[in-house]
Amino acid sequence: MEQESRPLARPASLTELFTAFTALALQGFGGVLAVAQRVLCEERRWLSREEFIEILAVGQVLPGPNVVNMSLMIGDRFLGWRGALAALAGMVSVPLVIVLLLAAAYTEFAQNPAVAGALKGMGAVAAGMIVGTALKLAPVVRGNPMGKTACLLLAGAAFVGIALLHWPLLWVLPILGLVACAYAWIRVSRKEPA
Amino acid sequence: MSSISLADWLQLFGHFMLLSFMAIGGAIVIAPEMHRLMVTQTGMLTDPQFSASIAIAQAAPGPNVLFVAVMGYQAAGLAGAAATMIGIMLPSSTLAFAASRWSQARQDWRAVRAFKAGMAPLTIALLLATGWILAANTPGWAHLLLTVGAALAVWRTRIHLLILIAAGAVVGALGWI
Repeated sequence: MEQESRPLARPASLTELFTAFTALALQGFGGVLAVAQRVLCEERRWLSREEFIEILAVGQVLPGPNVVNMSLMIGDRFLGWRGALAALAGMVSVPLVIVLLLAAAYTEFAQNPAVAGALKGMGAVAAGMIVGTALKLAPVVRGNPMGKTACLLLAGAAFVGIALLHWPLLWVLPILGLVACAYAWIRVSRKEPA
Repeated sequence: MSSISLADWLQLFGHFMLLSFMAIGGAIVIAPEMHRLMVTQTGMLTDPQFSASIAIAQAAPGPNVLFVAVMGYQAAGLAGAAATMIGIMLPSSTLAFAASRWSQARQDWRAVRAFKAGMAPLTIALLLATGWILAANTPGWAHLLLTVGAALAVWRTRIHLLILIAAGAVVGALGWI
């Protein structure tokens, strides 16, 4: 879990944004998030882990597909609205063509047990990749103004509510989010009185 | 697959625009609502077609939201795919763009920093919960082992993610899980 030491870089052109997000999306089977973290934070070094978490947080609170929201915000951050469109188009356009071709061919391969098995195996790996990404990002909370205990309590409550009790996200996220942000506000204010 | 009248197209488009605003936590969160609309209410899709849409999108690379395009495609061809996909993306993307601009311009605001600090542990917990729910959907020891192995590999090593996915596909195709 070594912390990257290479300095951060940034995309030079709209084409680079588009191709980077296309390449990233095409590696994302069963979800793009794990690949996005690997490519953006480690390979290309466009974002630190802290920045990745920040953008992901906004993407999660807003409606819409998280990774699509993220690509748009990342593109905007580097190259303005054109960058937002380039990153968004990169994330969606080529995979869209592929998935529609698959849909057209679906009846051919749907009955094949090996294909069904392969899909199951890929699903299991994809689930593990998301867990692994979460574990890799977890050290980010070290510098959090709320402190370690509060962070653990909040994360634990969110996990139990959503994963174990299956409470709707539409309740869990606003309630815990408000508590967390209010507490963070108090801690930030205490450090630097207005 | 059938052709679609302009009135039906606009209705489909409008429905998915509305659904877009409800998709907090990702498009898959509103899958039950889409099922109600496409299968129960309008009959544009059969039950197996609906499930197949999600399975096809999972087999393909790219963001999970593409299952929405497959759904539209199965219901009404390319025109249907355009209606559902543009419908689901347009409102949420516009909102994300506005939010991005707003928060970037106010990076130093205490409220913005409190939001970032407060949401960080929740964001990580949500990721963990997503992985957990995906894994729990399919019980079985072999399956769990594969998931745990993949999690450890991503966490602790730099092994290429495509290799992990390919390994999962091979193990599954051989019928080991």
